[in-house]
Amino acid sequence: MIEVEDLRKVFAVRRRAGRLRRTRHEVRAVGGISFSVPRGEMVGYIGPNGAGKSTTIKMLTGILTPSSGRLRVAGIDPARERTRLARRIGVVFGQRTTLWWDLPLLDSYRLMRRMYRIPDDRYHANLARCTELLDLGDLLEVPVRQLSLGQRMRGDIAAALLHDPEVLYLDEPTIGLDVLSKAKVREFLRELNADRGTTVLLTTHDLSDIEQLCKRVMVIDHGRLMYDGDLDGLHAVGESERMLVIDLERELPPIDVAGCRTVKVEGPRQWLAFPAGASAAPLVAEVAERWPLVDLSVREPDIEDVIARMYA
Amino acid sequence: MADLAAGARGYGLIVAMWVRTTMAYRMSFAMTALGNLLMTAADFATIAIMFSHTDVLGGFTFAEVALLYGTTSTSLGLADLLLGNLDRIGGRIRDGTMDTLLVRPVPVFAQIAADRFALRRIGRVLQGLIVLVWSLTALEGVAWTPVSVLLVPVMVLSGAAIFGAVFACGAAFQFWATDAAEVQNSFTYGGNTLTQYPPTIFTKELVRGVTFVVPLAFVNWLPALHILGRDDPLGLPGWVDFASPLVAAACCALAGLAWRTGLRGYRSTGS
Ligand SMILES: Nc1ncnc2c1ncn2[C@@H]1O[C@H](COP(=O)(O)OP(=O)(O)OP(=O)(O)O)[C@@H](O)[C@H]1O
Ligand SMILES: [Mg+2]
Repeated sequence: MIEVEDLRKVFAVRRRAGRLRRTRHEVRAVGGISFSVPRGEMVGYIGPNGAGKSTTIKMLTGILTPSSGRLRVAGIDPARERTRLARRIGVVFGQRTTLWWDLPLLDSYRLMRRMYRIPDDRYHANLARCTELLDLGDLLEVPVRQLSLGQRMRGDIAAALLHDPEVLYLDEPTIGLDVLSKAKVREFLRELNADRGTTVLLTTHDLSDIEQLCKRVMVIDHGRLMYDGDLDGLHAVGESERMLVIDLERELPPIDVAGCRTVKVEGPRQWLAFPAGASAAPLVAEVAERWPLVDLSVREPDIEDVIARMYA
Repeated sequence: MADLAAGARGYGLIVAMWVRTTMAYRMSFAMTALGNLLMTAADFATIAIMFSHTDVLGGFTFAEVALLYGTTSTSLGLADLLLGNLDRIGGRIRDGTMDTLLVRPVPVFAQIAADRFALRRIGRVLQGLIVLVWSLTALEGVAWTPVSVLLVPVMVLSGAAIFGAVFACGAAFQFWATDAAEVQNSFTYGGNTLTQYPPTIFTKELVRGVTFVVPLAFVNWLPALHILGRDDPLGLPGWVDFASPLVAAACCALAGLAWRTGLRGYRSTGS
């Protein structure tokens, strides 16, 4: 569905140098990435600020023309046939709305229906479905500018789906949403992907979005693809560690057991890190045998830590 | 060509929606349209006051100047009504909302031109038309021929196309300089004020400039001079009086080129 080959985007920018002088400068936003996303896949696209995520999405939608590289979405070259592609993709920018600011939601939807030439039955079915699942019933007559951030985002997601797009791009769709709204949006996306087989590419800084939605993740940093694979593999690559937290009877010096390291001591509680791939059982057995153990728990590795370690 | 049809259709859809929204507040629309009409009529009042002190201006009678005024005002009014919102593009480029237009299946030009379509601007058109019709009834000693009768609507529409092309060029220019709306306004609104007056009261250099550089002389001066049976101050060949549609078409082609070049270089914003 999406084919990307050695895609690059370089921005030429002018920076102030001294009072009047300006120097030209090149910013390499995307520096040669390749990947492909088959139909029906849901992919998380993550990376730190300024990594090149939004720039990639803008090239995939045809907003920006790539500096070089090959790009196909649904068989279409986005920059060359942007308006033709527009009918087949849906885009949600978390940062800004694609709706008409001064119009009630429903008017925006009606206009989109005509713009995209959506058949009546599809329009009504999609609108009913989005209204129900995204809880838009009371909001349809409200001008977009009066909607709260979370309400607007749900309205935007619905707008991006009325024309049955084959591909949906979401650039930070959960930014600024509360826990409940996030859950609603995630549930909706999961269903969309499962029922319709819509291909989804999602950027986010909330890694629980990825954990809950995407089997596949791509990590980008400084315009380069650092990782492309499943979530478990990401742990291996990131050399992530699990954490054994033990409560002892009393305060003791740091425990010393082979195969793990003590990272923190706080009164009678100690934290022991060990490789995510290793089993916890022998470790627990040894600790229980040699030290006065009261309680223990195992913490799974945090994807956030993994990513942070990759960026470092 | 398919682009043009898609653009026109998209433009129509968006305009229809804004007109519906405007018409939900009929009273307020009527007031603002009337206000628009009166405000633009102030220009004509200035000219009328001038003629209370003198019978001719640069050799032109009141009715003759009214013909110039009526045609250019109607032309600008039409262009302003249909494309005047194009100058918002600079703001949209700067704040990044331009991106959201680029993901819709309608040409961006149509979307920006139609966005927040302001029907109240019809006030200027009406005002220009009123003055134009009055001038046609008041003109004395004009030998009307079928050609010169036809020249009136042709002149108004060509003029609208020329002003429209200037609006579009100005908008295209904002892809490079996002705060350049004033430059374009000086050509459209400024050019309008200029062509309300007879060419004979300006210096030859200025007249040359608006003939050959920014072809505003083709909006009304040259065709109107033919209708009034006068020679133009530059002594150009007679066929030039009929060249307005050609000049308008050339301007539109140029504007289209500028727009496409600008759009191709569009680079979005960092967030
Ligand atoms: N229009 C532009 N002009 C100049 N530089 C740009 C432009 N857009 C992006 N950049 C630069 O390209 C780089 C990548 O930006 P991009 O917006 O793709 O990052 P991102 O991964 O989406 O980051 P974030 O998580 O902060 O949204 C940044 O260094 C940014 O400064
Ligand atoms: Mg971004």
